[in-house]
Amino acid sequence: MKAVHVVEGRAVPLERADVDTDQIIPSEWLKRVERTGFGRGLFSEWRDDPAFVLNQAEYAGASILVAGPRFGTGSSREHAVWALMDYGFEAVIAPSFGDIFRNNSSKQGLVIVQMPPEDVANLTRLVKEDPSRHVVVDVENLVVEVPEANWQRPFALEAATRERLLNGWDDIGLTLRRDEEITSYERGHGNPSWAGLLTS
Amino acid sequence: MGRTLYEKIWDEHVIAGVGETPLLYVDLHLVHEVTSPQAFDGLRLNSRRVRRPDRTIATADHNVPTEPLSVPVADPVSARQLEALDENCDEFGVTLFPRGHENQGIVHVIGPELGLSQPGSVIVCGDSHTSTHGALGALAFGIGTSEVEHVLATQTLVQQKAKTMAVTVNGALRPGVSAKDLVLAIVARLGTGGGAGHVFEYRGEAIRALSMEGRMTVCNMSIEAGARAGLIAVDETTIEYLRGRPGVAAGSAFEAQAERWRAYVSDDDAIFDAEIVLDAADVVANVTWGTNPAQVVALSGTVPSPEEARADQREAFERALAYMDLTPGTPVREIPVDVVFIGSCTNSRIEDLRAAAKVAAGRSVAPSVRALVVPGSHHVKAQAEAEGLDEIFLAAGFEWREPGCSMCLGMNPDQLRPGQRSASTSNRNFEGRQGRGGRTHLVSPAVAAATAIAGHFAEPGDLS
Ligand code: SF4
Repeated sequence: MKAVHVVEGRAVPLERADVDTDQIIPSEWLKRVERTGFGRGLFSEWRDDPAFVLNQAEYAGASILVAGPRFGTGSSREHAVWALMDYGFEAVIAPSFGDIFRNNSSKQGLVIVQMPPEDVANLTRLVKEDPSRHVVVDVENLVVEVPEANWQRPFALEAATRERLLNGWDDIGLTLRRDEEITSYERGHGNPSWAGLLTS
Repeated sequence: MGRTLYEKIWDEHVIAGVGETPLLYVDLHLVHEVTSPQAFDGLRLNSRRVRRPDRTIATADHNVPTEPLSVPVADPVSARQLEALDENCDEFGVTLFPRGHENQGIVHVIGPELGLSQPGSVIVCGDSHTSTHGALGALAFGIGTSEVEHVLATQTLVQQKAKTMAVTVNGALRPGVSAKDLVLAIVARLGTGGGAGHVFEYRGEAIRALSMEGRMTVCNMSIEAGARAGLIAVDETTIEYLRGRPGVAAGSAFEAQAERWRAYVSDDDAIFDAEIVLDAADVVANVTWGTNPAQVVALSGTVPSPEEARADQREAFERALAYMDLTPGTPVREIPVDVVFIGSCTNSRIEDLRAAAKVAAGRSVAPSVRALVVPGSHHVKAQAEAEGLDEIFLAAGFEWREPGCSMCLGMNPDQLRPGQRSASTSNRNFEGRQGRGGRTHLVSPAVAAATAIAGHFAEPGDLS
């Protein structure tokens, strides 16, 4: 996982509540073997509509998604996180999130910013007024800023998650540092009895 | 104070340094084609290896066609996913039972039947029905793709301890009432979220009296009540089931192993965080009427009315009735079905097929019904054929197919068409689960077979 200190770029206001992972990436995409390329499937049902906000030229290339409450509820498919990141999003800002989605995001380095609804509403207003305004998500100092509008708000992040983002650690990297502990556990644990079945 | 079975397995597998997140050691990691490709990719990207290929076993099940091997995989995306599993297992040294291999089958069928799933072990798989293996006294649960990668790389999982719930079933099931009817009653009682945050331990006379296969059916559906896992304590039924399986020791080594396995029971004075108690004599043949597995009605009953639902659930209730195209008050026995599916990790083992064949013998599938029998594994298929069950099914007009998940989730070509209604021995009746617009009713194998013959929901006793 790449270290993330600051995400800066344009932000897209989604303005919908209860966006579940089925809406983020439909199930027909689960047959794919890649972790990349899911961006094309992101919100694919909605993207057929020319009026959908992601189809607006002024939001092209945005790296921050500003969403409604309970974003990412539903199935555990990590494909939802892959789709958002593959499309180019590096952070999602919303009043609340689905638990598993938040967990999956933290494993991939997608920054999850939970802010009070009024802050999200103000931010939405600011980027709708002028879509070219840059939004800054500062993971180091835990603030969201719109420098041009002189707007700044703090947000909270679990200390362990923040540390992992800043250092680019993933769970696997962290666990591998405990290799000795695992090896010593294995020494006392014996081996499986089905060795004869293993043919490769 | 005594410990529950869950606590015993947890204590034996937790690796926790001071101030560190607990890691749970994984004894057996089962892998299939759908949730693993990106995990293997992650290993490649970071130049990591599979830490314990000897504790990792893969099979192809979700996507495989259930036509004979000579029929190629028609969907190129599915074909690519199956190829990727071949390549990944080859590259990382993981044993794979691919399509056509004698050990191939649904991941939750082959683990127990090969003797890989053993008492007291921790078993994980990128699939929520991993709870099935809990029938053998193993702590078994489903994980996401990042966690699959984590287990491949480290043989451990970052875990927090769950709560425990005793699900006690007293008394005896009535003749003709199966483990499937029992677990549907349990899910109906708890609701889809009732087990959230908990690991179940099924206990009581009725559970002790179940065969190992019936216990697997029960543990399989723990997840439908929201539980992380379901467990059943080891007893002589467990030991006898494992004796002689390919993956377990033989001779005196087996006896020594069995003696250790007998310790995997909850202590008498162990305390559970919660308990529910059911009377087995109250359980009847059940059918789901709605779009979640807790929406259950007696086969002898009628489609329920929204007035019976809690106020905050009335809307969902009405939506389910509309999706299922059902009218409250209709006797369940009068509802015709288009498709009958006998299969899935819930009910595709030899006993399930025997129960269905007993009903099918000497009878014919109703002309309006398409009926499929999909054995859970090649071993199940071979056993059934040795017993002549395939001939009974074929003579009655059922299709006899190759093993796989098949119409349980419709990722392969076995799917319902929009508006079709099925009686299915699988575990999820979600909207579109068996095919876009399809309507699924969950039932036991005996009810599925009787329904195929009658053309509408029926119990074996209803047939002439
Ligand atoms: S049979 Fe169905 S529930 Fe079981 S593993 Fe396959 S898809 Fe999942």
